[in-house]
Amino acid sequence: MAETGTIATRGVMQARGSWLTTFARQRELSLAAIMIVLGALVSIVAPQFLTFSNLTAVAVLASIYAVASVGEALVVITRNIDLSVEAMIGVVAYCVASLLERHVFDAPAAIALGIGIGLLLGMANGVIVAVLRVPSIVATLGTLSIFRGLDYVIAGSHQVPLAGLPPGFTDPARTNLLGILPVFVLVALVVVVLGTIILRSTRFGRQVYAVGSNPEAAAILGIPARFVEFVAFSICGLLAGVAGVMWVMFFGTINGTAGTGIVLSIIAAVVVGGVSTLGGSGTIAGAALGALFLGFTANALPLVGLSQFWLQAIYGLVILVAVSVDAVILRRIQRASAERRAR
Amino acid sequence: MTLPPAAPPLAPDPVTVSAPPRIELRGISKRFAATQALEDVSLDLLPGEVHGLVGENGAGKSTLVKILAGVHQPDSGTIRLDGEAAQIHGPAHSRALGIAVVHQEPRLFPDLTVAENVFIGHAPSGRLGSIDWGGTRRRAESLFRELDVQVDVGAPVRGLSMADQQLIEIAKSLSLEARVLILDEPTASLSAHEVERLFTIVRRLRGRGVSVLFVSHRLDEVFALCDRATVFRDGRHVVTMATRDLTTADLVRHMVGRTVSLFPKVETPIGDVLLEVSGLTKVGEFRDVGFSVRAGEIVGFAGLVGAGRTEVARVLFGIDQRDRGKVLLGGVPVTFASPSAAMHAGIAYLPEDRHQEGLVQDFTIAQNVTLPILPRLFPRLLIHASAERKVAHEFTEQLSVRMTGVDQLVGSLSGGNQQKVVLAKWLASEPRILILDEPTRGIDIGAKVEVHRIISELAASGLGIILISSDLPEVLAMSDRILVFHEGKITAEIPRKLATQEGVMFAATGSAGAGLVATGPTASGARGDGGLDG
Repeated sequence: MAETGTIATRGVMQARGSWLTTFARQRELSLAAIMIVLGALVSIVAPQFLTFSNLTAVAVLASIYAVASVGEALVVITRNIDLSVEAMIGVVAYCVASLLERHVFDAPAAIALGIGIGLLLGMANGVIVAVLRVPSIVATLGTLSIFRGLDYVIAGSHQVPLAGLPPGFTDPARTNLLGILPVFVLVALVVVVLGTIILRSTRFGRQVYAVGSNPEAAAILGIPARFVEFVAFSICGLLAGVAGVMWVMFFGTINGTAGTGIVLSIIAAVVVGGVSTLGGSGTIAGAALGALFLGFTANALPLVGLSQFWLQAIYGLVILVAVSVDAVILRRIQRASAERRAR
Repeated sequence: MTLPPAAPPLAPDPVTVSAPPRIELRGISKRFAATQALEDVSLDLLPGEVHGLVGENGAGKSTLVKILAGVHQPDSGTIRLDGEAAQIHGPAHSRALGIAVVHQEPRLFPDLTVAENVFIGHAPSGRLGSIDWGGTRRRAESLFRELDVQVDVGAPVRGLSMADQQLIEIAKSLSLEARVLILDEPTASLSAHEVERLFTIVRRLRGRGVSVLFVSHRLDEVFALCDRATVFRDGRHVVTMATRDLTTADLVRHMVGRTVSLFPKVETPIGDVLLEVSGLTKVGEFRDVGFSVRAGEIVGFAGLVGAGRTEVARVLFGIDQRDRGKVLLGGVPVTFASPSAAMHAGIAYLPEDRHQEGLVQDFTIAQNVTLPILPRLFPRLLIHASAERKVAHEFTEQLSVRMTGVDQLVGSLSGGNQQKVVLAKWLASEPRILILDEPTRGIDIGAKVEVHRIISELAASGLGIILISSDLPEVLAMSDRILVFHEGKITAEIPRKLATQEGVMFAATGSAGAGLVATGPTASGARGDGGLDG
């Protein structure tokens, strides 16, 4: 697959922009490069940053965000947005923890049920957007509130303590396979690889890009745009379910507020990862790398002496920078191709 | 200021009129990328005259209107207003100079009231600079009284007819004390009665010294309303004359007569009937359309923009649904609920707007070419990049698309090559009937000749082709038969041998005296169909 490049970046060889434009177009590469440079700078000030234990700790937490970001990216590529991801994670996390605490199910069944709940909630979003034709930003703002409200109603003031979970349930968040590969990172990698294959090498994936890039052309080709949107929201819900289960394993102590406020980070990861908010372009790997980038940023701040309180502001800034870079690139490409057409 | 007599319309002679022209354009040129939209155009608009501006689609009328409206700046040439050199910097400046444009589809704010729309941007202000709503309302009412029109100025614009919305635009121009009123195809969607009311108002404004530029396809209206008429062709000024010295035949002759080097269709034996359409009707779009297409035949759909040709194509391709009528494909009655159904049955449609509907600009050439045939090409869900490239290569090679490879993004191709990719895409779906909607619009002449060669070869290979084109020489050179559409009806069917640009233009403008047209049997009832029965 590597030889074909990504949908967003294919044809870069033909784009006659500067090397800077080319570099910025390869968002996965540029993000990785920026992370390496920033990492090196941070480790000068704080040597403890570049240690195996710190890096794996960051990667494990970022994996949860990465899984959720993959689902969000899928939705954003179809020219929609899902603001309810964090509430879906919250509902799933509490339900799984609570069912385990009451010994209703064993761990595998609870995990499967949690993912199933995520899928159902995502399907609800899909119906509202694709069938009822409510603009996704409004629809998911509504379901964000509804799902979170549901979470509060179910949880009340109860908090599931770590001790309420079956012994060993939270181990995956702390286990390194072969001593080097954290289980969570493996989960995120599997999700990224599957997502990439679906988007790049299946008919459905091609339809996702077509619908997001040019709905009119897709309609003329008879591509079922609504079905594509519905499936995208459903998969987003399913992955929010996976992220919810991971949340329980990572934090251990769960109440009705799990995941509150993280949707900004998830959307930031998607945008920073090079997925266009106008739909139609971007990759799964980019979104996951975006999550990793934000994770490292959050980790590095206190190490270089900046307060965690800066984090929100910095995330906002990163979103703006990423979107501005996209806009500049888009204008350059349009100008270049307009000139070519004129010739 | 001298007011010329309101009626009867005289052709003001520049020598005897003391006032300078209201607008004097000299040597105006405007180029968009590869297209020369206007070339060295001069035009005078005199105080108190109604001046008709006619020409084929693409003749440069809209560009001229946009220059006067301040939307575009001319590349060269001078503009004088009342004898003084002027530049029109932007739409607001154009309004400030006293120029008002009324578009075919008025651009109003549907949720604001009539009065608010009339005074948007220049509402009378009360104390403390706040808007004087009472004054706004009263002044709007008095404007409509002047126009002798009954409108509730407190009602929102949403839901008003197109004609009423145009009147709001006209009232707005009055409120700005515009001295130049440009009407851009104002009657296209008006009923006969509404057209009459509009004309009465325009004549009244002329009596008050307002200069009116009336852009229209409808020649009978130009004769009914205008003092003088100017014809554009291919971005050039052809003639300006008093309408009383002109006949419809003169106008048509000036409008057409383009000579363009083309690749004419190669003679091909015509085969069996592939597609047969009868009584096809979609209310409000077209009615009683009937024709047939045979294998190896190119059937040209001529007519002006909005005559219903694209709408017929959309129904045939299953994008829109018909209200009445029959479609037989290979002798079997068919109804397509969706484009994919039409595609499976062997119909392909190359849409009018290749940017909007034809291509996915973010995709590579290969991804675009295989998009309609993915299920057939890859029945087992997974896409194999190498197989995809092979198919794309085969079809783009056949059409000699100039590219660095099938992995190139379509967005980086020239217009002509993009169009070839769209063609390749539909050829890959192996159709029996190919509908081409304006296949050469906006592409350079070299690519155009190539596209014509390809179309001809496709017909020779046994496809039935419907060629929708507003480019008269193209339709004449390529078609075995030409069906002329006017206001949603076929007004003439002209075989290749008898087709002339004048004949087609007469039928397309719904002009009286269509006797010039060598009509086939289907046109007999439609002859002399006036232009006003919207």
